[in-house]
Amino acid sequence: MSTLLSMTLSILVILAGGWLVQFAGRRIPWPRDGLREYFRDMPYLVGCGFALAALCLFWSYRFYFVQDVKFFQWAVQGLIIFTVAGFGFRWLGRRVGTSGSRKLFRQMPVTAAFGILIILLYVIAAVFADLFAPYGQAEIFDKINVLPGGDVELGGDPRFILGTDQLGRDLLTRLIYGAQNTVGIAFVTTCLAFLIGASCGFLAATLGGWFDQIASRVVDALMAIPQLIFALLLMTIATSWAGSNKVLIMVYMVVIIAVLDSTRVYRLARAVGQNIVVMDYIEAAKLRGENLTYLVFREILPNATSPLLAEFGLRFCFVFLTIAALSFLGIGIQPPLADWGTMVRDLSQFINFAAFSPLTATLPLLAAGAIALLTVAVNFVVDWMLHKTSGLKE
Amino acid sequence: MIICRVSAGMGLECRSDISNAVVVISVLLIVLKRLGLGLLTLFVVSLLIFASVNMLPGDFAQAILGQGATPEAVAAIREDLGLNKPAVTRYIDWLSGILVGDFGVSFAQANFAVYAGDAAAQGGIGSVADQLLPRFRNTLFLASVSAAIAVPLSLALGVLAAMFANTAFDRAVNIATLSSISSPEFFVAYMLILFLAVLNPVFPSLSNIYDEMSFAERLNRSMLPALTLTLVVTAHMMRMTRAAIINLMASPYIEMARLKGIGPLRVIVTHALPNALAPIINVIALNLAYLITGVVVVEVVFVYPGIGQLFVDSVKVRDIPVVQACCLIFASAYILLNLTADILSILSNPRLRHPK
Repeated sequence: MSTLLSMTLSILVILAGGWLVQFAGRRIPWPRDGLREYFRDMPYLVGCGFALAALCLFWSYRFYFVQDVKFFQWAVQGLIIFTVAGFGFRWLGRRVGTSGSRKLFRQMPVTAAFGILIILLYVIAAVFADLFAPYGQAEIFDKINVLPGGDVELGGDPRFILGTDQLGRDLLTRLIYGAQNTVGIAFVTTCLAFLIGASCGFLAATLGGWFDQIASRVVDALMAIPQLIFALLLMTIATSWAGSNKVLIMVYMVVIIAVLDSTRVYRLARAVGQNIVVMDYIEAAKLRGENLTYLVFREILPNATSPLLAEFGLRFCFVFLTIAALSFLGIGIQPPLADWGTMVRDLSQFINFAAFSPLTATLPLLAAGAIALLTVAVNFVVDWMLHKTSGLKE
Repeated sequence: MIICRVSAGMGLECRSDISNAVVVISVLLIVLKRLGLGLLTLFVVSLLIFASVNMLPGDFAQAILGQGATPEAVAAIREDLGLNKPAVTRYIDWLSGILVGDFGVSFAQANFAVYAGDAAAQGGIGSVADQLLPRFRNTLFLASVSAAIAVPLSLALGVLAAMFANTAFDRAVNIATLSSISSPEFFVAYMLILFLAVLNPVFPSLSNIYDEMSFAERLNRSMLPALTLTLVVTAHMMRMTRAAIINLMASPYIEMARLKGIGPLRVIVTHALPNALAPIINVIALNLAYLITGVVVVEVVFVYPGIGQLFVDSVKVRDIPVVQACCLIFASAYILLNLTADILSILSNPRLRHPK
């Protein structure tokens, strides 16, 4: 009931505040001309926007300083750190490097710079996981369910900063190795999807005729079933095939997701390829007597790189999320390997301790947040790339 | 009449009743063609599902009996389930069974009945349809609640973002939606649990729903999963609405309307929105289809007794008939929504109503 009341109250505050801002803005004798005109022409809705922003600031202040909500404080600190890191990285990129890269950074919005920074960090963590991780990813210690924080009096252990899981494995180690396994497997899957999808799509565009018809109809049929559902169905069959061989299950998973995802790549590659095939230089190459391989790899592929590259980023996100979802549901990446989706599922119960021990409750959120952060970063970069190549300068 | 009004808005005129009748007939033809295509797709999908299930090693009989399979028992169950017939006959049986609402028998329940030793008391083996029906109703309830929140919210946000394009509001909304599109569902779900169930107990974090519940109670229990789905879906719909409207805002007739002195809200709602309807309808239908499938992960997080949870559980115990049936239901919902989107966007766009 109190929630309903406070919601109604805040809506009323916003509505009244909009009018107040409009009224006050017109009365105050602004020293600058621009401001006077701005407030004179300001619609009522914009005033409401100002009121909403003020209300949000007020709530944030209450949450941060008065009510002392730990999670909110961490979120705000994280946001500030990320923003500073994004701006700092862009500043660095504008000063260091070749003239080409400096020019690239000059045109870059801060979100894209932030995305590139995060992707770089993930790649470093994935490649050098063996160096960063304090222990091995399957190493089991005798202390189980050690709480995070490293404080002995609160049930922590300075050897395990993030604590250990229900089997006694160090969580920090598993979080770092998760970058290697989850991101690595998703990357391999996306590459495979592109290999299948792009080559079939380009072939369909160049050959046309029956090959195009058959491939397109097969893709239509595959796309008629929702992807996650179809992947789950096929994984059921794959687990029966593989039996208890866990490596084989993961190989099947990679192949299944790659094939299902290649349908989307095929569509794009075919559409882009068809626009290129009608060009004069393709005609010239055909008349020269060049063979199919030359046409696809030397003439079509170089001209289709930029849309395919943007698509690669998006596809990677989808594949990554699908694999994380499958692992979360318990049929993806298999146990001895550390992976974020499985970690979220195993640790999810800790979230109920949020009121007593905020640090413990962040454990499942750390793994889920690691997934979210990477996809957000990739999406920021892709958004900027699409904006740049499509020439939408507005 | 509606058709006439929309086409008048597009600059075409309905001069007489005759041309009106021609339009109606051609629209009907297009719709019928789409319906036929949809049925064909459904048929192909059922074939695909059946074929992939038949790639399983061994067969259902061995899967039911597991390790303790004796040749006689396997043969008996094969006889019982009709597994000794050729694949084509089985496919036709399966399909015709579905058409009258019979999805076959569930292994898990069969197993249970065998172990409990009361197969006779249960009247044979548990049917898939009995398991599916109540859960399907729950899932539909969840999907409609989230749609009821998400669609108006995303349309309003999209229109607002288009009105204030390239302002601080637009940027903030852009970053927020991009982040929520790219987060996995379970991340959003656990965040909501953390803030709305654990720290501030507003909604329950487990949505156990049963039949005798009142509507308000049911709504309260399914609020968190619905909010999760809303957050995931709204972002995409809102971005498409914004893009569709901004695209139109550059066209001359909008400039004309603005020069006439019409307010910005009215320009968007009465002039831009009708022409942006087709892409918006498309993206709404696509996202509703996504709701049907995205439900899987969300239901597992909140232990919501819907069809998605049943699906995942059946996948884990390899209960093939249930997996098959769930898959078919999800696929048909997906196809149906896409079909609706197709037909609605044809109806809303006069250029598509007159095929060349």
